[in-house]
Amino acid sequence: MAVVTFIETHNGKASKASLELLSYGRSMAAATSASLVAVIFSDSDTQELKDHGADVIYTVDTASDSYFNLERYSATLAEICALEKATLVVVSSSSEGRYLGPSLAVKTEATYLSNAVALPTAYNPLTVKQSCFTNKGFAISESLSSCTVLSLSSNAFGIHPQPGRGEVKTHPFASTQSKLEVTKVEHAQESISIADADIVVSGGRGLKGPEHWHLIEDLASTLGAATACSKPVSDLGWRPHSEHVGQTGKPVASNLYIAIGISGAIQHLAGINASKVKVVINNDPEAPFFKAADYGIVGDAFEVVPVLIEKLKALKKA
Amino acid sequence: MKILVCISCVPDTTTKINFTADQKAFETQGVQYIINPNDEFGLTRAIRLQQSHGAHVTVVTVGDVSCEPILRKCLAIGADAALRIDTQPQDGYFVAKQLEALCQKQSFDLILTGRESIDYNGGMVGGMLATLLNLPFVTHCVGLEINGDEAFMQREIDGGKEHTKANLPVVVGAQKGLVEEKDLIIPNMRGIMQARQKPLTVEAPVALDSRSQIEHYEKPEARGPVTLFDPSDVDGLLNALQNQAKVL
Repeated sequence: MAVVTFIETHNGKASKASLELLSYGRSMAAATSASLVAVIFSDSDTQELKDHGADVIYTVDTASDSYFNLERYSATLAEICALEKATLVVVSSSSEGRYLGPSLAVKTEATYLSNAVALPTAYNPLTVKQSCFTNKGFAISESLSSCTVLSLSSNAFGIHPQPGRGEVKTHPFASTQSKLEVTKVEHAQESISIADADIVVSGGRGLKGPEHWHLIEDLASTLGAATACSKPVSDLGWRPHSEHVGQTGKPVASNLYIAIGISGAIQHLAGINASKVKVVINNDPEAPFFKAADYGIVGDAFEVVPVLIEKLKALKKA
Repeated sequence: MKILVCISCVPDTTTKINFTADQKAFETQGVQYIINPNDEFGLTRAIRLQQSHGAHVTVVTVGDVSCEPILRKCLAIGADAALRIDTQPQDGYFVAKQLEALCQKQSFDLILTGRESIDYNGGMVGGMLATLLNLPFVTHCVGLEINGDEAFMQREIDGGKEHTKANLPVVVGAQKGLVEEKDLIIPNMRGIMQARQKPLTVEAPVALDSRSQIEHYEKPEARGPVTLFDPSDVDGLLNALQNQAKVL
């Protein structure tokens, strides 16, 4: 019996979301007397995975294929799941995790349950709480198969390091002929991605124009945060579409979400309400966002944000 | 070229989400349904390919007769034919299996789904369907061009974009960016009139068990009122974030 986790790495280090998967997987493995298996598709730091709970670490050498490859990754993981007699497989909510999950579930004849927000409340049948209706509701779902693939909502469980056995094995990269060819990958200039960020700073039309975006960027860099924007801002071309968060944009599930000059239309709130703490700065006291926020300042962003940046910098130095 | 666009009927984005008194079902009373926004981006891209490549566009949904107005709307937007697989969708796998059966009966060169539906947010039908049919799959797709037998697709990834190509047929998970919001087609009177003449066929479902079931629903806990600070009291806000919320 095993709980298998798909570990993603950036520059040889496991992503934050992957370490969270290990903590989540560690608890499930303990509850079901299973071992926790970590699978990495690069030769990165296995000590880190051991420290975070992995009992068995499979390293897969993908040298022949430098890009993420859905078919070969899912075929490889399916082989490892069969070897380890996996009853649970966990992927993160990253773009790769959610790309892989459904395909892997079909290959392993497993049930796929997405957006898990807590540990299962039962293991036979596996019962878990999932967010749905863009976080306006939760479904408590039961898996009807002997194996279940779960995708874990980011920041839903947290990272709680607890060492595992850390036995390292290698597994060959599946030789499946891929029908899809990746020709090129473009990365935005070195910045923190919305998916991986603890803190997201987001700007709306209240900032009056792209020339004022240094306020958002300065605040974000002071906090080590990702930058985002509302839909009108991306529709107006002030910011790239990749920064648009909301129902039709990217979902945000950060620990802290700071909205500046965003009124809080229902479509925007749908995309961000999985965030834990929301701060709103808006000069309109009637902005609907204040009803969905934890903390707020009714005031002019052009006055409040520079003070906020200054005080944060002082705080950091202290 | 034959294109299949898979449509999910979802509650309008502004719907207040409620569950029945026993918490066993979504409360559908008074709910307005719309084309799932992600599917609509796919449908619009398909209509553009119909115009540029002479493609034939079929829309399909898995659902009961209450979904038909949504299919008529798709026809008014420009789809050539509509299919309804007459069963209550049980879960994402169940829907993918129904679509698999359809795709084996009729062959399509391009199959578009949304990256996810805005109701259950499963994001699984496209990936499962592609795997069942053993076809290449790109989700979170923000660019799609067809040249001869080849599809060129762009997938939005965390912090960037991945460029891919594959031979047709392919399965694509659509989202905003595949077409822009301003390019979505609003049906005009002519489209609406023509839609009445276009075929809407009802297909029998394949018998199969779902792989999951929803035991009950819960609503999020009511949130407390916002704590407001004066614009001159940025320190108060920072103090609350540090010591109360503990997020700094």
